[in-house]
Formats: sequence, structure tokens, C-alpha cells
Amino acid sequence: MAALDKETTDKIDVAYVARLARLYLADTEVQTFQGQLDHIVGYMKKIDELDLSNVEPTSHAVTLQNVFREDVVKPGLAVEQVMANAPAQVSDQFQVPKIIE
Amino acid sequence: MSLSIANMTICEAIALLEGKQCTSVELVSVLLNEIRRIDGTLGAYLSVDENDAVSQAMAADKARSEGRKGRLLGIPLAVKDVLNVRGQPCTCASKILQGYIAPYDATAVAMLRREGAVLVGRTNMDEFAMGSSTENSGFKITKNPRNIAYVPGGSSGGSAAAVAGGEAIAALGTDTGGSIRQPAAFCGCVGLKPTYGRISRYGLTAFASSLDQIGPITKNVKDAAVLLGVMAGRDEMDSTSVDVPVPDYLTSLSGDLKGMKLGLPKEYFVKGMDPEVEAAVRTAVEVCGGLGAEVVEVSLPHTDYAISTYYIIATAEASANLARFDGVRYGFRAAGAEDPIDMYGKTRAAGFGAEVKRRIILGTYVLSSGYYDAYYLSAQKVRTLIKRDFENVFMQCDALLTPVSPTVPYKIGETSSDPLRMYLGDIFTVTANLAGICGLSVPCGMSSQGLPIGLQVLGPAFREENILRAGHAYESARGLIRYGE
Amino acid sequence: MRYLTTIGLEVHVQLRTRSKMFCGCSTAFGAAPNTHVCPVCLGYPGAMPVMNRDAVKMTIISGLMIGSRISEFSKFDRKSYFYPDMPKNYQISQYDKPLCVGGSVEIDIDGVSRRIGVTRIHLEEDVGKNMHFQHSSGIDFNRAGVPLMEIVSEPDISSPEEAFAYLLALKQILLYAGVSDCNLEEGNVRCDVNCSVRPEGQKEFGTKTEIKNLNTFKGVLNALKYEIPRQVDVLESGGKIFQETRRWEVETGVTIAMRSKEYAHDYRYFPEPDLAPVVTSCEQIEELRRNLPELPRTRRERFIQQYSIPEYDAGVLTADVAVADFFEQSAKLSSNPKAISNWIMTEMLRLLSEREMDIRKVVVTPAALAGLVKLVDEKVINSNSAKEVFALLFEKGGEPDQIVREKGLVQVSDSGAIEKFVDQAIAENAKSVSDYLAGKDVAAKYIVGQVMKMSRGKANPQLVASIIEDKLKVEKMKRGG
Repeated sequence: MAALDKETTDKIDVAYVARLARLYLADTEVQTFQGQLDHIVGYMKKIDELDLSNVEPTSHAVTLQNVFREDVVKPGLAVEQVMANAPAQVSDQFQVPKIIE
Repeated sequence: MSLSIANMTICEAIALLEGKQCTSVELVSVLLNEIRRIDGTLGAYLSVDENDAVSQAMAADKARSEGRKGRLLGIPLAVKDVLNVRGQPCTCASKILQGYIAPYDATAVAMLRREGAVLVGRTNMDEFAMGSSTENSGFKITKNPRNIAYVPGGSSGGSAAAVAGGEAIAALGTDTGGSIRQPAAFCGCVGLKPTYGRISRYGLTAFASSLDQIGPITKNVKDAAVLLGVMAGRDEMDSTSVDVPVPDYLTSLSGDLKGMKLGLPKEYFVKGMDPEVEAAVRTAVEVCGGLGAEVVEVSLPHTDYAISTYYIIATAEASANLARFDGVRYGFRAAGAEDPIDMYGKTRAAGFGAEVKRRIILGTYVLSSGYYDAYYLSAQKVRTLIKRDFENVFMQCDALLTPVSPTVPYKIGETSSDPLRMYLGDIFTVTANLAGICGLSVPCGMSSQGLPIGLQVLGPAFREENILRAGHAYESARGLIRYGE
Repeated sequence: MRYLTTIGLEVHVQLRTRSKMFCGCSTAFGAAPNTHVCPVCLGYPGAMPVMNRDAVKMTIISGLMIGSRISEFSKFDRKSYFYPDMPKNYQISQYDKPLCVGGSVEIDIDGVSRRIGVTRIHLEEDVGKNMHFQHSSGIDFNRAGVPLMEIVSEPDISSPEEAFAYLLALKQILLYAGVSDCNLEEGNVRCDVNCSVRPEGQKEFGTKTEIKNLNTFKGVLNALKYEIPRQVDVLESGGKIFQETRRWEVETGVTIAMRSKEYAHDYRYFPEPDLAPVVTSCEQIEELRRNLPELPRTRRERFIQQYSIPEYDAGVLTADVAVADFFEQSAKLSSNPKAISNWIMTEMLRLLSEREMDIRKVVVTPAALAGLVKLVDEKVINSNSAKEVFALLFEKGGEPDQIVREKGLVQVSDSGAIEKFVDQAIAENAKSVSDYLAGKDVAAKYIVGQVMKMSRGKANPQLVASIIEDKLKVEKMKRGG
């Protein structure tokens, strides 16, 4: 597990990861989380004790395959209902601050 | 006649309604009175729409008078605030979902409605089901009805407290790593986490999609069997729900354990666990032996890695599942943003509580470039090993007996500054979610301080009848527990 | 210095399903904002995706059409990034196990054919649409969740013209496969273009830029025609190309770097826990392969062989699968495929383009066209009348023989009746007769015209011409004698 070896010297970059997650954190939060998460991540490394080289990953609790629906149109929600939940709207659209491309 | 909800079960309520000894409106009125009387202290509910509850009850009474049937016709139930109920709020105890009104019913909720259930109110929880004490609610702290200085467990703490505290006949919870079984154990009621895929998750606000399951929290095992029977089955809206026939669970409640082989996983009786918990569980095991079960020691060798595995997988999935809470389409939006990115940052900073933020960061981290293989992929592999452990032991026995939690309920505020300590308390429950199997929590005693202790019965996938039978037989033989004495 | 260009295309094609990829909302174009939405495609709490069977099938068919290997095991993954038009802030896509791997598309450039490699085809969901207002933006999620197939080419393309030819060939194949309408106006096909240049002799590729979201093939052509010299200019002047995302500005004809605040992309792909994998057996693949439509090129070759039509005709007819289908259905009912081809290539395509119509919507049937050709071949009507009949068929449909009967267009081949017209014409056109006798052969044509006029177009023109010729010869002998 080369990545983990590298990782032991790396600390979780809380500020960077929070940016990826689009989550503003106050400086005090960054500090608190840094300590707590380093502690937690340190504990998680426990799985590195295991030899996993010949083990297949499990991504689903049950083994299923080919679960399809037929290509049939079904009624959805009314626009009034949808807009009733919208924090802001403009001409039946969800309004957001101007997007810069 | 004077109705008391405090110890009333679903089956008793059905008998009263069928015998015309009371109406659903009367039942619901008594219940609403109890909520008004007690909930200021317990804080089990986040919202109760009294008028809506009464009108549902009236409709149920009318249906009954017209001769219509329904397995839960007129029975009031509480629902954890993580499940969508058409026309009701669904905050998941998070400020970020304030203002959201669900436009649809979760499938499990729709199935309850189809059988005539009355949906009374929405129960408190740890925000987005992240926590084991219900202290992480964005709105209030729920107290343990057996002793209000203590936590009710979590994340379905509101549901468990409502049932144990006499504010609900039964309730729905959800279980991602023990969130039904542990609060049921802490509050002294019954909690069932069905097999993954047994009940549709459609309409359950996802915390960790590959681990979440809906299940009942009830006053006895029979009620859990009734609710499971109503909600179980394949749903075309949930691709992960499984088309396995739903047996009549009530017929499996034979009252004995003759011919059953029960396993005691040695890794679940370890140093460091509360001796009172161990003693209570060992006594329960003896009772089961007395009921005709053969008890054998078994081993689940990868138990020690379960917490790491669970918290990697659960937080990774959660980091994606919670990305949708961005203030664009519903719920809370922070004011004064310059652009969408600024809006996300501000909305999520103000909308999420500390535990949710911690888990989003952890989950984002374990999926991020350069760390995926070391954490997420490895955890998925350990999951395979844990799953295999269970497959092996279930070739030797029909069910397993373990404690639900290594501790008895703790005082409110006791662990909130130490998240890892909180996580470690999930050691006996997360394994069932990782393996996708079913688990039941049944009260099995109390601590010297009068706080409840739970026995966990784990069963193979889609063999809920095994654990219901074992739990029911044990419960019948156990006798009444008088908490607080 | 000479520079070599390397181009790779990612083409997003909207599949021709009725409902969205993961929910039952309609994919119909042009609806009022947020009227084709539901909890699933709006990313509501608790909503879950369920795969559209036809979308998966269409993707596999597309792969088979271009010779991809169909994955026995394929799965969906979550691709995380935040954007207001993205309901869940992750897109359900496919990362390491796409439905189709490999394949190629054949193109012709200056008469030389070559193959452009395809790396993979995967299936994903579309996002919503942003509208920009003065001080804010608005999002319409009707398009969110529409099934998109992403076809990723190898960096095999070496010029803007090749890129253009690749897109045309790909579109033709997808239309043949019936998996997409490929309607560019409705945004059915959108391209991301990766492009880099390097000095001749340098082995490794230069730094590439990505031009995002081009929704016309001309746009791809023009953007590349701008971007390649731009990169060369930068390098020539000692500058450096930055790996960046650029946008094509149609109005000004330039590409410009996008002002996105996005950090280095970290999509955090992981398997979608809400969806089961797609497992396709060899039997299922073979079943689909057996029922696969012909490729445009194969069909062109077959038309030449089977219907003995010129290569040029076959090329025109097979350009559009619907035209090819129409031709083939008509030709099968006719003993004169070349005549069918002529009608389609001239009258039919002319009328279609005048009216901006699609051949799928015409009322004239292949049987009617075959019938019309038969009436001409059997000399029941002449070609003038045939044009009139075709015009009527095109307008109103119907049976050609019935139209001929109703309109009284049956060709007059009764020589007695024609002789009467000819006599009259010779008597009334003394000047033309003397011109003819004076050696001007064209003058006879004028007389033919007069006769045709008298017969209201119904006279058999060959018969008319031969009778006139005979009569004029007699006249000549008379005068000469």
C-alpha cells in the first residue's frame, strides 16, 4: 500500500478538502476539525494491517444486476409545486446569483 | 373508557379498534395530548401536524365504518424526520432543509398509508442520521425517557424516545450503522434493522446509500414483525430493493427456540465493554438456551476493522449524498452571496452542523485524488472480508446473539467533544450494515442506575423470521423490566 | 517550422428515448421551464435513480455499429462537482467500466479513406440549462437527466476537416442505428474538442486545450481553424500553451479562456451505490448484433451491386438513412431502380429541400413511386404527365394510376388521332415547314411542340415526332418532285 506509506507523513488538508466540498469553515473550525480528523484518520489506518491484495471490493450490500425500468413517460411534479420549494425564482426557473463562465 | 398509550402496542390498538372499544380519532387525540404533556420535556418530535393527524384518523374511522380493511387501519405512527411524507416538512434535523415540504411519499410511508396508518408526527434525530446520541440535531436535544439526564441514543433517538416515553405506539427509524438498534437499546424498546434491500429506500434521505435501511421501533417484537410485513418488498423506484418473497413474519413467532442454533461471536465480548452490559447479555443467552436453542461460540475475525471500514464508506457516500444541499432548488439559502460558488460555501456553512461538516470533510478526503485507493477502495475490500465472516458463521448457526452497544446510555454532553469515542461505540452494530444482514435489538435488562441494556440478534440476509422468532421467544421468557428501579 | 496537429473529440449525443435516463420524465424538447421534472431529476432528498433499459440498449447498439467491444460488466459511478445546473452536484456517469470500449469510424478525406479510433462510449445524464438575466441566472431542469452517450475519440484526428468529416460520419452512423435524432438545433449533439500542436519531429504531444460545448459541426470546424494557428502563433513567438478550458465565440470567431473559478478538477469518482451493474451476456450481444442496421458504407456498396445504380446515386441515396430506406422500399417494388433513383434524387429531394421537409414526413409512398415509374415505362403516360402526377402524389398522396385516370393523362398513342393534329399543325405553320425543308431540322421540334400543345400534353412524343418526320419527308418529296 504505497499510497498509505506516503500518507502517514501527510496530514489531511482540511481547508483544501472543505473547498472541494464547497463548505466554508471558520478558522476555529479548521483548527478543531484538524485535530479531530487527524485523530480519526489515524485510527482508520488500522485497515492497512490487512493484506488485501487478493480481495475484491464490495460496493453493494446485495449482489444485483440489470435492474431496469421501461422507457415510459410518467407524470412528474407541477411547476407550481416545484417553485413552492425554490428559495428564489425567476420566470419559473430557479434563480441563482449570476453564473460566470 | 380511559385509554393509555404508554404501554399500548400496535396489536393491542388493532384489537381495540376492531372491537369498537375506541376509534382512531380517540386514539390519536389521546396521543396528541400525551405529546403536548410530555414532549416539552423529552423533545422527541420535531413537528406534529395535529389537524392533519386528526383528519387522517377520521378518514380511517370512516373507512372502517364502510367495511374497508387495512392491516394498520387507524393506527397512529411516528416517522423519523429523514423520511419524505407528502405535504410534510422533512428537515433531517438540519437547518439546511428548513422550508422544504416533501412533494412525495417515501415508498415505506406509502405502504403504511395503504394499510390505513395515521402519520402523526416527525421525530428528532441526529442531523442527517449522523450520530449516536441525537445530540447532533440542528434543532433540539432529545432526552432518554428512562432518565432525562441521559441521551436516548441515535440517530433515531426521537423515534425511540417517543415509543419508550409513551408518546407513540410505534415509530419508523433508519439504520445506517446502528441508528435503529442502538437508540432502541438505550431507551428500552425493540428496534429492527431489516436486510439491505428488504424495504425500499425510496424517499429515505440518503446518508450512506449502500448501508441505509428503514425499520420499525416498537414496544415488542410482534409489532416489529407487523410493520416489517407491511413495508417489506421490492419497489421499482429503488433499484437496490430485492425481489425476495415476503413471508408471514407473525407465523414465525413460535415462542420457543427448539432446533435453533445461536452463535456467540467471541469478538463481541471483549475487554473494555461495560461489565453490566456483558452480564445482562450473558443472562439473556442463558434464557435462550433454556428455550431450547443450541448456543455455540463463533468467530467474526475482522470485527476489529469494522469501525474504520464503516466510517470510510459511510462518510464517502455521505459526502456525495449531501452535495445536493446547496440552496438552489429547496431548503435554506444563505443571503448575500456574490456568485453560485460563494452561495454554496455560505449556505452549507450555515446550514450544516459540526458533525455533518466533519463527516463531509472526511468523506471528501477519502475519495479525493491520491487517497481513493488507500482509503475507499481498501475499505470496500475489508467490507468483502466482513461480509464473508458473516456468511461463514451463518453456515454454522441461524442467528447470532451479541450486545447492541458496549456501553449503557451516557449523560448528555459527555462525548460530544470526542467524535472518535462516539464512533467506537458503534462497533457491534456497524457490521450488520456492512454485511447487509438483518439485526434486532431487544431489551435485556438494565444497569445499576436503571438504564436499559439491549440484546442484539443478528440474522442472515432475508431471514428476518429467524431473528424475530429468537427475539420474540426471548422477550416472552424474559419478564417485565422496570427501568429506573 | 511545420507543426503537427492532434485532435480528440468527446461527442455527447442525446439518445432517442421517450423518458429520461433515471426517471419517467419526458425528454420532449421545447417545454416550458421546469415542467418535465420530478423528485429524481431535481435531486430531491430521498429520490433514487432507476436505469432506462432502452438507453442502455441504444448505447450498446451504437458501440456495435462502430465495432466496439461491449463490456460484459459495466457500472455507473458518481462524478462530483458543483454547478447550479447539476441537481445532485454529482453526475451519474461511467468511469472505469463503460458500456463500450474501442471501435472506429471511417472517414473520407479527398477520396482517401481512413479510420478514426474510438476509445470508449459511456452513458451518463445531462444537466439542466442556465439562462442568464441581467443580475442573476435562472435554471431550467427539463433537460437534467436526459440520457447522453459520450463517444470519446482517440487523438487520431489531424485537421479541422478530419474532425468535421468524423462528426458527419458519426452522425450518419447514429442516424442509421436509430439511436438518436442527432438534431443539432435541439442540442442533441454537443462536442468538447481537445487539441494540441507540436513541431514536426517532436514525439510527445504538445499541451492541449479543451474547447467546451460546441453545438454545431461548423462550430467545431471553425473553432479548430482558429485554435490551431493560435497555438502555433503562441509557440512561434516563444510562448507557452496552458492546459485550459476555452470557449468558442461564434460572433467574434475566436476561442477564449473560460473565467472559471474551479480548482484543479478532482471528481472523486466512486461506484453509484443506488444502481446495480449492467451485465451483458454474449448471447444478448450476439442477438443485438444480428439485428443491427447496416452501416452507411455497406449499404452504399450494396445499392451499387443490388440495384445496378451508379456510385454517385448510391452515395446520394445513402447519405440519409430515411432516404435510403425510401429508395430501397420503392426499388424492391420496381423493375427499374435507376428510374426510382432519378425520381428521388431530382424531384423528391428538390421538393423536400424547398419545403424544408424530412422524407419521414412525406405522404407519397414507396409503392406509389414504383407505380409511377411503371406507368412511364409502360408508356401509359409520358414524362411530362409523370411530373404532374409526382407533384400531386407529393402534395396529397394517393395512387398514381388513379390520378392518371382522374386527370385524363393517359398518353395518346393512337396514330390516327395524332395524324390529325400533325396535319393541322403543318397547315398552320407554313413557315416552320419551309424552314425545315430548307434544311433547318430544329423546325421539326417546334411542330412537335405545337402538336403536344394541341393534345394537351398527352400525345406520345416519340410517336408525334416520327409521324411529323414521315409527313415532312413526304412534303419534301412532293416539293422536290
